[in-house]
Amino acid sequence: MNTSAANPVAMGENRGAAWPRYVVLAAVSLLMLYPLVWLVGATFKSNAEIFTEVGFWPSHLDFGAYARGWKTSTEYTFATYFFNSFLITIPRILVTVTSCVLVAYAFARFEFWGKKWLFAVMVGTMMLPLIVLRLPQYLMFRELGMLDTYWPLILPSAFATDTFFVFMLVQFLRAIPRDMEEAAMIDGCNALQMLLFIIVPLLRPAIVSVIVFQFIWTMNDFMGPLVFLASVEKYPVSLALKMSIGATEEVEWANVIAISVVALIPSVAVFFAAQRHFIEGAAAGGIKG
Amino acid sequence: MAALSLAKIEKTYPNGFKAVHGVDLEVRDGEFMVLVGPSGCAKSTLLRMVAGLESISAGVLRIGDRVVNDLPAKARGIAMVFQNYALYPHMRVFDNLAFGLKLAGTSKAEVERRVRHAAKLLEMEALLDRYPRQLSGGQAQRVAVGRAIVKEPEVFLFDEPLSNLDAKLRAAMRVRLTELHRTLREQGRPATVIYVTHDQTEAMTMGERICVLKEGVIQQVDTPVALYRRPANAFVAGFIGSPEMNILDAELVAAGAGLAVRLGGHTLPLPPERAPRTPLHGPVKFGLRPEHIGIVPLDGSTPVPAKLRFGEHMGNEVFVHAEIGNLALTARVPAPQAESLQASPRGSEVTLHLQMDSAHLFDAASGASLA
Repeated sequence: MNTSAANPVAMGENRGAAWPRYVVLAAVSLLMLYPLVWLVGATFKSNAEIFTEVGFWPSHLDFGAYARGWKTSTEYTFATYFFNSFLITIPRILVTVTSCVLVAYAFARFEFWGKKWLFAVMVGTMMLPLIVLRLPQYLMFRELGMLDTYWPLILPSAFATDTFFVFMLVQFLRAIPRDMEEAAMIDGCNALQMLLFIIVPLLRPAIVSVIVFQFIWTMNDFMGPLVFLASVEKYPVSLALKMSIGATEEVEWANVIAISVVALIPSVAVFFAAQRHFIEGAAAGGIKG
Repeated sequence: MAALSLAKIEKTYPNGFKAVHGVDLEVRDGEFMVLVGPSGCAKSTLLRMVAGLESISAGVLRIGDRVVNDLPAKARGIAMVFQNYALYPHMRVFDNLAFGLKLAGTSKAEVERRVRHAAKLLEMEALLDRYPRQLSGGQAQRVAVGRAIVKEPEVFLFDEPLSNLDAKLRAAMRVRLTELHRTLREQGRPATVIYVTHDQTEAMTMGERICVLKEGVIQQVDTPVALYRRPANAFVAGFIGSPEMNILDAELVAAGAGLAVRLGGHTLPLPPERAPRTPLHGPVKFGLRPEHIGIVPLDGSTPVPAKLRFGEHMGNEVFVHAEIGNLALTARVPAPQAESLQASPRGSEVTLHLQMDSAHLFDAASGASLA
């Protein structure tokens, strides 16, 4: 679309053919969104309705499922579990951003012995299935006496083990011209000031991406908390959701779905809040004349 | 302000490539020195070595009486204006200017005073609250210069600062920068400037002295007029001046008591003051600027028959391209004189008048001036 915009004739042709395309796109997006819409509708339905009706429109509007879901069958409400989730997510994001930016800065801007090899190893670890690390990590954190605490869920990220983020930041940094850093060097910045005052502001769109991804992934992480946490009062939302399905008594699906919908809210909110920064992009500098 | 001295400065890259070959250069206190040369002549490398952005492989670099070879950029007392301006995109113009001062722990009042002063000097007070992305090319350029001025450095370094501007703006900024240099001098704060460009017009119009570089070797350092009148070699002769000097293969022969140049089958007597210091015969390079060739007789000129190729009309003057024998050359003639040629077809006969008392002779092999 962008390329053809330069050509007025082509653009005219496009405009004529635009509406079928929009119809197709709208249909596809409706198809993608329908399960989500259905999910919201299902929170107002009884078990019988859920399993018999494909339409999303409920027969009556009753927010009772939300209240019952929120209370849970345990002694804690979802407020506790949300709080727990944030206790894991927020520190984890902080240490992830700090460590990944530092490591990416080093890879992108400094020369040191074995740099290429280390970078290759780092990228190689991206191919490693995370589950492979769980057992050794479990044993390690057991030795450290950190089981049933949030440390095992946060601490690894403090050492830039989320290599995908490092890789992303390195690629982003490589695209930033060095002139500004040279100007800053002449202005008197040392390496750390350079990072804080010049690099981090320039990296902002990439850092926002890191925050959003890490937020969503950590909120959704089920395996980590399952392996490392034992006490129910420490459970995050992901585990609590699973728990609410229950083992013995019959499940009131509307409650489970209602609380799932609520559990989606933080991730969706973070995504939309950050969307502007994604779009803003790297070229915000307007460096060229 | 301070003088700057480069002694036997060399740059060798880790892969063994030698970019700068023993450069010796003295820049006087308050002088506007231009480094000029074609791309790849290491002029920017040299500037970056002065700035402290590139290491110096050998030689001694002094700013004032301090040897600064191993000092970091910030300790050298320099300020640099980059080709791409390198403004900090996330800071307002005011903060762009103030950033270096704040890092150096300058008091708030002093920062304010210096930034306002620079803004006034560059007529950009209205821009202080803008972000770089809200500036035009010319404005961004001025901010970049302002950022250098507020630091009150010993030496200003300019790395092709005008090459991203369009031709019109470039001409205006050329005047502005030259005026700025004069203003600072009149205010009793003369600025030592090293200005890198590949544009000989910028070099000629802005430089108090020009250093011509080729492949990391200094060809000549002199005033613009001296470079124009007495180029040290064929490279300088060809690089300085626009359109460039005609440099033709010729032969030096005896003619009566004196010497003559054989050029495309014609023998042109050489005035004694233009003869080589050491008498010699044989192949030479003959140089004559287009402005010293006419299509009507000039002062003491020698007529030579030639074949017309074409004319480039510039409005007030015409660059007439012609051939003597098989040697192509260009004459620069006032437009009214060239009117008669406009209708002439390619290949028609024309008489060129060469001012032999402005001729240059260069060694056929080395290109060094024989004058």
